[in-house]
Amino acid sequence: MYPSRFRYEAPRTLDEALALLAEHGDEAKILAGGQSLVPMMKLRFAAPGVLVDINGVQGLAYHQEVPGGGLRVGALCRHVDLEHSAILPGAQPTMAAAAPLVADPIVRTRGTLVGSLCHADPQGDWASVMLALDGAVVAASPRGLRTIPVGEFVVGTFQNALEQDEIAVEAVVPAAQGTRSGSYLKLERRVGDFATAGVAVALESDGGRVVRAGIALTGVGPATIAAVDAQQALLGSSLEPDVVERAAELAAAVARPRTDHRGTADYKRHVVATFVRRILTAERAPAGAAA
Amino acid sequence: MTATAEPATGSQALDEVKIGGLGSSRPRVEDARFIRGRGNYVEDVTLPGMLHMEILRSPLAHARIKSIDTSAAWAIPGVKLVLTGEMAAQRNLAWMPTLSYDTQAVLATDKVRFQGQEVACVVAEDPYIAKDACDAIVVEYEALPPIVNPEQAVAPGAPLIRDDKAGQADNVAYQWEVGDKDGTDAAFAQADVVSKLRLHYPRSHPSPIENCGAVADFNNATGKLTVYLTSQAPHIVRAAVALIAELPEHLIRIISPDVGGGFGNKVPVYPGYVCAILCSILTAKPVKWIEDNTGNLSSTGFGRDMYLDSEMALTNDGKILAVRYHATTDQGAFYADAQPTKFKIGLVHSSFACYDVPVGHITAQGMYTNKAPGGVAYRCSFRVTEAMFFQERMMQAAADDLGMDQAEFRRRNLVRDDQFPYRTPFGFLTDSGQYLKCLQVGLDAIGYDDFLVEQAEARKQGRLLGIGISTMTEPLGAGNSREYDILGIKMFDSAELRVHPTGKAVLKIGAQTQGQGHETTFAQIVTHELGIPATDIVVEHGDTDHTPFGMGTYASRSTPVAGAATAMVARKIRAKARKLAAHLLEVSEEDVEWELGRFFVRGAESRGVTIQECAMAAYSNMPDGMEPGLENNAYYDPPNLTWPFACYIATVEVDPETGVWDVLRFVGVDDCGVRINPMIVEGQIMGGLTEAYAISNMQFQTYDVDGNLVGANYMDYLLPTAWETPGFELHEVVTPSPHHPIGAKGVGECAAVGGPAAYVNAVMDALRPTGVRNIDMPLLPDRVWHAAHTGQDVSGAPPFRTE
Repeated sequence: MYPSRFRYEAPRTLDEALALLAEHGDEAKILAGGQSLVPMMKLRFAAPGVLVDINGVQGLAYHQEVPGGGLRVGALCRHVDLEHSAILPGAQPTMAAAAPLVADPIVRTRGTLVGSLCHADPQGDWASVMLALDGAVVAASPRGLRTIPVGEFVVGTFQNALEQDEIAVEAVVPAAQGTRSGSYLKLERRVGDFATAGVAVALESDGGRVVRAGIALTGVGPATIAAVDAQQALLGSSLEPDVVERAAELAAAVARPRTDHRGTADYKRHVVATFVRRILTAERAPAGAAA
Repeated sequence: MTATAEPATGSQALDEVKIGGLGSSRPRVEDARFIRGRGNYVEDVTLPGMLHMEILRSPLAHARIKSIDTSAAWAIPGVKLVLTGEMAAQRNLAWMPTLSYDTQAVLATDKVRFQGQEVACVVAEDPYIAKDACDAIVVEYEALPPIVNPEQAVAPGAPLIRDDKAGQADNVAYQWEVGDKDGTDAAFAQADVVSKLRLHYPRSHPSPIENCGAVADFNNATGKLTVYLTSQAPHIVRAAVALIAELPEHLIRIISPDVGGGFGNKVPVYPGYVCAILCSILTAKPVKWIEDNTGNLSSTGFGRDMYLDSEMALTNDGKILAVRYHATTDQGAFYADAQPTKFKIGLVHSSFACYDVPVGHITAQGMYTNKAPGGVAYRCSFRVTEAMFFQERMMQAAADDLGMDQAEFRRRNLVRDDQFPYRTPFGFLTDSGQYLKCLQVGLDAIGYDDFLVEQAEARKQGRLLGIGISTMTEPLGAGNSREYDILGIKMFDSAELRVHPTGKAVLKIGAQTQGQGHETTFAQIVTHELGIPATDIVVEHGDTDHTPFGMGTYASRSTPVAGAATAMVARKIRAKARKLAAHLLEVSEEDVEWELGRFFVRGAESRGVTIQECAMAAYSNMPDGMEPGLENNAYYDPPNLTWPFACYIATVEVDPETGVWDVLRFVGVDDCGVRINPMIVEGQIMGGLTEAYAISNMQFQTYDVDGNLVGANYMDYLLPTAWETPGFELHEVVTPSPHHPIGAKGVGECAAVGGPAAYVNAVMDALRPTGVRNIDMPLLPDRVWHAAHTGQDVSGAPPFRTE
């Protein structure tokens, strides 16, 4: 397939990249991992006049812990870096569960977490995970940096809250209020397929009680969905079976799936409830007994 | 002992496996270039001055073309030609004949009849410009109601799709029947139990990794047309081009270089090929056309899309008295099946060939719809995939209706070893087999009885385990010329063998590899016949100027037909070599004996000459009066099809909460007669079982109510990866074909044909407590979940419902 004509720019610094954005306005598009943008260009669904490739910009490929249980993920940190991260398994269980489920090994080698957030595909895994974790995106512009909560950053299907002259340079997970637990489950017909449905659960507990709960849903609505009522239902609980059941129902109720070739709306809603139940039931089980 | 092949010393016979003969799992010679990136595909062909062609396709399923404005496309710098159907019509090329005696639009003139249909094409200096220019063509359409299934096609008031055809008053493409209606009706009257089943085999696509493409090079000085083409049957294409383009056949050269997978998709002649040829003639330049993934998936030959409405007459003790069914095929907009002329629904009547069924009756009807044309045999011998899937789903439903164990039910009905040759109720003559033995090998391998115990225990805990069996024989190796022809050309095949003075050889065949490994295995046949080490033989094919006429490679016919021709030509060479040996040994020919690689004097075994010495003598020391050289050819018209047998058994576990099912184990028992290269045979079987898994589990093409294709790209049309694909445990039984020169049978398609029913039967077995009788493929998690929760069957027939 043959994309439309475009100009290719490869800035060496963030300032150069910002200058190119300022110059070309909505003609310009940032290229990081390219795992969504390039296929869309191939199909001519996207036809940016200028492609600003930031892969040559130094200092964006990191992910690092923030004291207190937080995390910073740079714009060029690949999925594969997170999949094989030494930091995630203990500190960020929800992210650790999601990282190996993102797309397929080929996409994970190039694709980035920040790029996935910017793409704002309701079927993207990281938006759910970061929403459940109450994460945020840091955007750079000639005016400086600003931090946008993920809940405000993803504004609709393929729509983010960036201004034309802004570049998302980092995603952040805030410090934890208690002990982190959680997971991510996704149903897909095949590795690399878009999610039929996915559920991210991020819990923080203190003394066996949930002090913060995040539940977010992938692929069951026009955008990533925060299951706010389900989150509320968990607060103060020890994930007793009736609480788990209620959270599962509330999460399914907030899903807005459509019937398509990945499944009927009823089915997807049912999968959401099943996954919430499975994650929470496993979290309640004593360590080592989780399925 | 060394592992390397050594030529015969003249004093003893050779070890056949060591020199790469029959039974040798020698590595594929093709792999050396493929894994080094040194293959040569159509996309790799670049000719001086070459231009690039791109096709504009219809966004609508059914619409009248009101106008086409190409002016903006012509205005783009670098554009050399914008071709519409109207212009093609001036050369009588707006329409072309199909392989099923229908016509198909090359470029639409009156209306478009499916989404993705070819409307115009552009030739430009590079493919980007050609694509830009396609986007600049403005087509004004007047939408018409689309038809996406056979039911809509026959509904009162349905729009007439083929209003281009004189005398075509409805949307029926063909009607056909076979068998004994009265006898079948009589048998049903005697039945204790009548088992019924209805289902839809979804539309799938062969999806070769290399799409279709062509480089057409018409030389207006010599009048010669050379076309590099992605074809499984280059010789047939040459004949077709001669007929379609009205060019003299001796001035047409078709070259199929390396072909990246075909699976039946690269048998037909497609509009893109014709356009490339016409554009080369019009521009007097070489024109390259490389189809993209969406073009391939949305416009080229699909497989299946067929409906079954069946009944089986049974006795209470599990004997089949008769079968009857009606099959409806959804042909798409043009009836373009690649199949033998006499058979309108392929070899669907090969179903039940492995069972002792006294009588049967099949009726069939094909419908035009607003969907892509070309019901090709996707890795099967002309709709035998549907035939065997119907058969094995009906067998399981019948066993359930009888309350009989599914293995036992098969055991009571399989044709016994002493019944061959066996005449099937629909007229085929099966050649050989050990069906009950194959079934038993499979049952033993899977641990059938133990599994039933495990299954019962699991059910008590709410776990759903299932086991599915699929047994079948299929007709491979069309044809015999009495019954099988395509466009009137009989389905024989050919081989040409030349042994050089030093005993090295070149074999040229009319078949065309697309990944089957012909260059490896066909050399092994020569090795078996002549004792020339396989490494000393090169196999050539795919260039119509330099290889003998053949019908091509599809329908698992290469080994049964071209492989037989290879054995036969090698025997002709051996016959001449015998005369040379007698001359060299100074004895009469009657006193010369053959063993692998050498002739020797009867009674004096150490006095011998090698085949290589005979070859040298053919050029340097032939007896007086003998024609020099050592080469010959053979055309082989098989006396019958070959009938391999397969038994596939899957065990699965269904997650009742999500409908996701996992394959626990899969056992395959294949009897394809003598195996030339066991490694390649096993690779074929594993590949087929993988495709079967995909079709049963995740893969399908469907259409929504507006005629939009779902599955027109590889994000929606899923190919399984190593991650999902189950492991396969393979076993073999060998019953040599009694009529094939080396006892081989076809095998390339068995697993893709017989595999799907094993998976589906296993899932249905797991769901037996729910009372569900059928879920249409693919058994997507949501379909399984809905069936399990409602106890209702789930149809997958289009239109596909979305919100």
